[in-house]
Amino acid sequence: MSLSLEQVRRVAQLARIELTDADAAATQAKLNGIFDLIEQMQAVDTTGIEPMSHPQDLATRLRTDAVSEADRRDAFQRIAPQTENGLYLVPKVIE
Amino acid sequence: MSRSDWEVVIGLEIHAQLNTASKIFSGASTAFGAEPNRQASAVDIALPGVLPVLNRGAVERAIRFGLAIGATVAPKSVFARKNYFYPDLPKGYQISQFELPVVQGGAITIRVGEGEKAYEKTVNLTRAHLEEDAGKSLHEDFHGMSGIDLNRAGTPLLEIVSEPDMRSSAEAVAYARALHALVRWIDICDGNMQEGSFRCDANVSVRRPGGPLGTRREIKNLNSFRFLQQAIDYEVQWQIDTLEDGGRIQQATVLFDPDSGETRMMRSKEDAHDYRYFPDPDLLPLVISPEWIARVQGELPELPGAMKARFVDELGLSAYDATTLTASKEMAGYFQATVDAAGAALAKPCANWVMGDLAGRLNKAELEIADSPVTPAQLAGLVRRIADNTISNNIARKVFEALWNGEGGAGADAADRIIDAQGLKQVTDSGAIEAIVDEVLAANPKSVEEFRAGKEKAFNALVGQVMKASRGKANPAQVNDILRHKLGS
Repeated sequence: MSLSLEQVRRVAQLARIELTDADAAATQAKLNGIFDLIEQMQAVDTTGIEPMSHPQDLATRLRTDAVSEADRRDAFQRIAPQTENGLYLVPKVIE
Repeated sequence: MSRSDWEVVIGLEIHAQLNTASKIFSGASTAFGAEPNRQASAVDIALPGVLPVLNRGAVERAIRFGLAIGATVAPKSVFARKNYFYPDLPKGYQISQFELPVVQGGAITIRVGEGEKAYEKTVNLTRAHLEEDAGKSLHEDFHGMSGIDLNRAGTPLLEIVSEPDMRSSAEAVAYARALHALVRWIDICDGNMQEGSFRCDANVSVRRPGGPLGTRREIKNLNSFRFLQQAIDYEVQWQIDTLEDGGRIQQATVLFDPDSGETRMMRSKEDAHDYRYFPDPDLLPLVISPEWIARVQGELPELPGAMKARFVDELGLSAYDATTLTASKEMAGYFQATVDAAGAALAKPCANWVMGDLAGRLNKAELEIADSPVTPAQLAGLVRRIADNTISNNIARKVFEALWNGEGGAGADAADRIIDAQGLKQVTDSGAIEAIVDEVLAANPKSVEEFRAGKEKAFNALVGQVMKASRGKANPAQVNDILRHKLGS
């Protein structure tokens, strides 16, 4: 399997990454290199092996349901580009 | 052609906010109404290097739900990243579950319609999965910018997905109501729709009966049962009109505008999100042991379905009464407490009082049953006095009103104190009733004559006169007997 240039552009668009034509071609080559590796792995017979969602065969840790975080808004907002009335301000987005 | 030439197919996705103290992946508070961003921790605002740690309380609530609908609680489930860009989603992805959700399958029985046309139906569930909520974008004027409040970011949600089993807006509303009652019943969600704790998305399509499924459109974010009904009704008619005019339905996401009552397109399939789900490498699989499931099972309250069956089998109530009384946990709890105090033999009059006079009075006062000024013990005391003929039903209404107004004090004998204080005790002494009847007969010769001429109405008038003369306290059955006897002889 390999990616078309159009698919590369679509992925870049979804990831909000701007690609020049030259970048797109180079990225396509790199990604297809990764697909070659995947293809090699696909050749391995995995019949009867349960797929894993994580490389470590462990269970996730759980926390007790309790409030443990203090309000640190002022510290967090000190590094924000723009705030008002406790809100983070961002360029207007309406969907 | 009309609506009856089309079959409506509806599936619902419901987001129930789980009532945990802290967020699903951080220790920030989930309390509603805090100042903006006061409850947004480093994890919630996605500072670099932070890691999510799953909240046991959120998982436990998902297990409760799974058991309550007879679903499979997955021994192993997986969290995935759902990728999209929006300013109120600071990580650039929402942690959700995709391929392996925590709750799989299950079903819920709904009752649709009222009276003789009412029917029951089973709606199957596809799945329910855990996920985090996003923050809130405020688009009021901040110098042409949007304001972002991340307090809600990371609030635990259970997204409950049904099969496309519903065939009308009435069924969809009945299903949503049944789920709403259930999540409150098992205490996993406060069900507050104004605060967004219970939100519905409806997938709607129409088809020729028996034909292949039509293309669906998804109505997003309906936060009341009325809007759910209105939005589906509008959408169904729009789809039918479009198809009958020779048009085609395009898959799309639409929003309902409560002001115009219309749905309008938010985005078409072409610019639909491609979420590129993949397992979140920050989270290991969620493993739920059989022991944990067994413990949660043991802690579950009696469920509405089981309680309803018990009310019918053990208390002899009708299916309708049992359904009404188990419509909410509060209603069921009130009724159960009343029956416990009055005795199971009086279950039917208890049911009548709870669903009748009490519900009506609460409705008039715009109160919830949990806030009823008349307690179950007081109501039981009243019902017992009707049953043992101390008072008639009519007088009981007077006593009920007095209880409502706080007379008689607390406890089961409040009704007794009111009956004593106001001298409302029913007269069952037949000698006393006979005396009143004689007086009434003597004073109303015209009615007596009419009755003897065959006018049954005249008899009722005489009964009314006797009751009036006794100030409502004569036992009506005895009055009837004595009157008949005297008139017949």
